[in-house]
Amino acid sequence: MPEPSTAAVRSAPTGVIHDIGYQRYQGPRLGRRHVFGALYLHGLRTTFGFGRSVKAKIFPWLVVGIVTLVAVALAAVRSQIGEPVATYAQFADNMSWLVIFFVAVAAPELVSRDLHSGVLPLYFSRPLPRNDYALAKLLALVTALWLLLGGPQLVMFLGAAFTTKDGMKGVWNELLDLLPGLLYAGLWAVVFASIGLLVASLTGKRAFAAGGVVAVFLMTTPIVGVLSILPSRTANELAGLASPPTLVRGTGIWSLGDLLVEDGQAGLSIGGFGPVYALAAVLLVAGATALLLARYRKVAS
Amino acid sequence: MTLIATQSLTKTYGGRVTALADLTVAVEPGIIGLVGANGAGKSTLIKILLGLIAPTSGQVSVLGIDPTADPAAVRARVGYMPEHDCLPPDLSAAELVTHLGRMSGLPRTAARERASEALRHVGLYEERYRPVGGYSTGMKQRVKLAQALVHDPDLLLLDEPTNGLDPAGRDAMLALVHRIGTEFGISVLVCSHLLGEVERICDTLVAIDGGRLLRADHISAMTSATDVLAVEVSEGTEELAARLAALDLPVAREGRLLLVPLADDGTYDLILGAVAELDLPLHRLDQRRHRVAELFATRELTHA
Repeated sequence: MPEPSTAAVRSAPTGVIHDIGYQRYQGPRLGRRHVFGALYLHGLRTTFGFGRSVKAKIFPWLVVGIVTLVAVALAAVRSQIGEPVATYAQFADNMSWLVIFFVAVAAPELVSRDLHSGVLPLYFSRPLPRNDYALAKLLALVTALWLLLGGPQLVMFLGAAFTTKDGMKGVWNELLDLLPGLLYAGLWAVVFASIGLLVASLTGKRAFAAGGVVAVFLMTTPIVGVLSILPSRTANELAGLASPPTLVRGTGIWSLGDLLVEDGQAGLSIGGFGPVYALAAVLLVAGATALLLARYRKVAS
Repeated sequence: MTLIATQSLTKTYGGRVTALADLTVAVEPGIIGLVGANGAGKSTLIKILLGLIAPTSGQVSVLGIDPTADPAAVRARVGYMPEHDCLPPDLSAAELVTHLGRMSGLPRTAARERASEALRHVGLYEERYRPVGGYSTGMKQRVKLAQALVHDPDLLLLDEPTNGLDPAGRDAMLALVHRIGTEFGISVLVCSHLLGEVERICDTLVAIDGGRLLRADHISAMTSATDVLAVEVSEGTEELAARLAALDLPVAREGRLLLVPLADDGTYDLILGAVAELDLPLHRLDQRRHRVAELFATRELTHA
């Protein structure tokens, strides 16, 4: 039997790298819903700094840490004294300042960064409609804020559910308290996200955007203060409409009642204007969203 | 199939600034050079082709689709590389191109694979994991090209791809564009204000000026004219012209130069003989590369 010559063995190709050249893509191309979903998830991750530098993670997770810590403390105190220190809705109320700061960081991160780097033409030269871009970002911020307030509420609920002395009935009652709290957190999220994102979408400078967001929420507070000491009961009761945080609180007082304020407690008094507050909140969100979409019809074309 | 066709395309901004005026052009697939001075309307045309802005009047079709009626369908099959800086500095090229691939509708894994393929094709390897902010201009231009390529379009619209590049970078970018047009099977529309650049790589040339079409033709049709010899003598230009004309050479004057079409090597001998006979001080005699620019230049002159 003839041996294969060594030269033939050597010349046989063993580990050759082939440049297979350019390959056309034959796979599936997903539709609008999937693209929207991908952009939404990308936005949600961005708000918490995922897929970003360590620096971008510091602030969001500081806020998450604080609200969680407060929730754990409330749950712990409650399990000791057997009496709720704050209802779920009150918790959301008391965390509102942290939410404002979170929006001031997250909203510019979502939209101002894209404006600044000029990346929008790369989005808008793809099939994605402009409205989808804006709405996906808005939905991402709403979700982030809702998780920020709802997550700790869940911690409080778990604390209460595991320490309740009334068995399953206690857990059920607790759940009935939690659900309105989560809805109220959703209201905070929608109102703050729509306004915050609109303000941030006006500038590509993140510092200006952050300042603008805080200013919108802060500057309106003195107006409420002035209106609420006017010698007119109607003016006092409508004062809360002038500022987003008091608007949300007013809507909450009307819809949740004693889940938010205990009887006789001093605070925002809305009289019989509850539905006005609710309507104002809806109009505010709708108006801010419409302006946001209008903004993105103009930008980068 | 016609790649891009426009019919009396007009775009005016605010009724006063005219970016495109009655532009009618049709081009076949291949590499198309779109040349014109700054402000000639090149970027406006690209934005209309993408359906980003609507024309004031006229019709347009890209890959057989009307971008004013169905912009999403056009954009799904087109890749766009903008002229200006458009890359977020803190993302890596791999992340950015993957994300934009998903925005074009690629599934997650496909987007990641296609992103590294596209980056490899434009010549970015290990550096694709570093933040774009630290890239050189040449690398940034390559990332911009890769993101236009990630979803495997049928047509690339490149707005000034050699902007800001040094001569070596320009050559590399042009070679890359040429490769995409010839080997990848993707048609390319390259915008540039430098005619000398695009004429080297494109099959078809479209020249616009002030929003009007100067000329659109195959590059071969434009350069088929014979080359010319430029003769300059320090004195006695008239006598030489007369002598050359007497030798049946069609002489043209251009300033102090005499231009003689180069028929064959014998033309050199005839000219040199004429110069020697007249005993004129020959300043220079050289062959001009007949660049497309001259075709446009003479055309503009005849129009003026």
